[in-house]
Amino acid sequence: MAAYNRRMDTDAKLSQARPPVPRGFSRIAAVVLLFAAHAVHAADDPATPQVPDTIQQRVASCAACHGVHGEGSPKSGFFPRLAGKPAGYLARQLKDFQEGLRKYGPMEYTVRHLSPEYMQEIAEYFAQQQVPYSRSPVPRVSAATLQRGETLALKGDPARELPACASCHGAQLTGVQPHIPGLVGLPYDYLSSQLGSWRTKTRATVAPDCMAVVANRLSDSDISAVSAWLASHELPADLHAQPAGSVTPPLHCGVLGDGA
Amino acid sequence: MKRLRRWLLLVVVVAVLLGGWMLLRSGSAPVSREASRIDAATLKDPALIAKGEYLTTVGDCAACHTAQGGARYAGGRVTATPFGDIPAPNLTPDRETGLGDWSFEDFWQALHSGKGRHGELLYPAFTYTSYTKVSHDDALAIYAYLQSLAPVQQTTGPLGLEFPYNVRASLNAWRALYFKEGVYQADTSKSESWNRGAYLVQGLGHCNECHITRDALGGMRSDQPLSGGQIPVQNWYAPDLSTQANGGLEGWSEQDIVDLLKTGHSGKGTAFGPMAEVVARSTQHMQENDLRAIATYLQSLPARSATPPQELPFDTKTLVSQGTKVYAQQCASCHGKNGQGVAGVYPPLDGNSSVNEPTGINAIRVVLLGGFPPVTAGNPRPYSMPPFAQSLSDNDVASVVSYIRQAWSNKAPPVRADDVGKYRHTPID
Repeated sequence: MAAYNRRMDTDAKLSQARPPVPRGFSRIAAVVLLFAAHAVHAADDPATPQVPDTIQQRVASCAACHGVHGEGSPKSGFFPRLAGKPAGYLARQLKDFQEGLRKYGPMEYTVRHLSPEYMQEIAEYFAQQQVPYSRSPVPRVSAATLQRGETLALKGDPARELPACASCHGAQLTGVQPHIPGLVGLPYDYLSSQLGSWRTKTRATVAPDCMAVVANRLSDSDISAVSAWLASHELPADLHAQPAGSVTPPLHCGVLGDGA
Repeated sequence: MKRLRRWLLLVVVVAVLLGGWMLLRSGSAPVSREASRIDAATLKDPALIAKGEYLTTVGDCAACHTAQGGARYAGGRVTATPFGDIPAPNLTPDRETGLGDWSFEDFWQALHSGKGRHGELLYPAFTYTSYTKVSHDDALAIYAYLQSLAPVQQTTGPLGLEFPYNVRASLNAWRALYFKEGVYQADTSKSESWNRGAYLVQGLGHCNECHITRDALGGMRSDQPLSGGQIPVQNWYAPDLSTQANGGLEGWSEQDIVDLLKTGHSGKGTAFGPMAEVVARSTQHMQENDLRAIATYLQSLPARSATPPQELPFDTKTLVSQGTKVYAQQCASCHGKNGQGVAGVYPPLDGNSSVNEPTGINAIRVVLLGGFPPVTAGNPRPYSMPPFAQSLSDNDVASVVSYIRQAWSNKAPPVRADDVGKYRHTPID
């Protein structure tokens, strides 16, 4: 509101500062001044809400589910954490929802008419948020399953042409700028449902969709194993995504600009 | 239901016979592009193509003829109707799957008469009921623009219509009831701007296709154009557009209308749902004088009769008093405790046409879905509204919607928790 008034005042001053002022123009200036005065008066009225001119205020729609700082809903695991994920990755997800590559009605509805610039700004807001990770419940699985999960995450399974998660998502699995998200600290339910949704084609991205390839090579038990290991793995001290260019992905990924 | 089917069967039989007879009589075979009266050089005129591009935007052809994430004008979006699903065809000049072989005569026959290249009757999901008013010159410009696009090979999916609606000849009966063919005729007693507005609103803008109540056969009640109605299947309420007494936009100034169409919001309300789509893709790109013309015309729509207060079959006092609390907790921090909103940021709810529309659908669904107003040049970083579907029960939503529909100067009937439950699960596209 304050910025709104400031802008009004500036306009009015600008129009006054340019003599000689044409008649119609001065009339416009008068109207602008009137408006400005009205706005100030309205702001004095305690019944009128004070609205901060911030991106945080603008994205109230996102915060309702993902949290004001993009902390997600760790308890239910349903609404993913956005805080600290690379901005390129977040902006890409908004675009994928817009284009129907990722399917989720409420998200598709919310982002339908956003511009690429605005989506980038929203993505950067959440990428900059630093909030502690909170752990989510992990289903009880056997030691062998956890072992299988660790192998998949850190070494992969060459027999099934499965690259390790770490080969793209970074040695610490904290992601790589600007397009690859971190995997540690995410809830089991979220991780397993995302891997599943690549297989049911409710989550996709620009071709070639390397994660779809990986998800389709995983067996059902692999999905449980890797999700359980990732969700229960101890968090590294530094949770920031690695710098750009620090990994060489073993598959062709459209999201990384590799259309080969 | 059985009786209705039998009745429809009779309609179909009569229509097939009538249709066959008419087809034999008229025999509208396709006109080859070589035989067209429009020569190829005319279609290459950059001024004509530019005009066509503008008019195609005004008509918002891309809304239906572009799939989500798909190539522009290559078709594929499915319009869900109470009679089944109708996919929009490919308008790019691909010879096999688009309009590559269509002459202007074929195009005109579709737009003006609602008939395909071979004289087959088109389903009015393609709203030729409005487009018939488009002038020959404007249609030519649109055709020239579409033909200038890069061809995209994309086959249109099959019609998802059940018997008897899949019998095209049955449309003869429908057309006899609801379709009046004819280009817009200017009313010389009115200003040029009024006529331009009427032409755009009734024709290319096809506003009346949503802003009207439809009957059981999907026909428009023609006696009161633009008087508002529920959009079938999509389940949004397109409000009455009269700005006069008891009108849906009562008290809207010319500037309010222009602002909403240009920027997605005005001092009186904000576009959301299907109208957000219209603003984002179409009206924000319209020329100022065309927007003013539309406003001039809408302001001339007549006053409406007042709706008598209804006796409500359920207890509203508890509901409304509960809604007062929900409003104070969830809504007042943005919309103000007096429902006045914040100028340029959050819409007022007092006197808001979408709060007060007869069904309550819009308010229910906006509370459930929240969302962003359309991003436009005039509002590039809009403030959004949180969705409440995940945090408020059906009863809470019903109570707060009932409260805002009765608070301040609003006098709309309350809604029930059952209604909220129903719209909670309405598909979003």
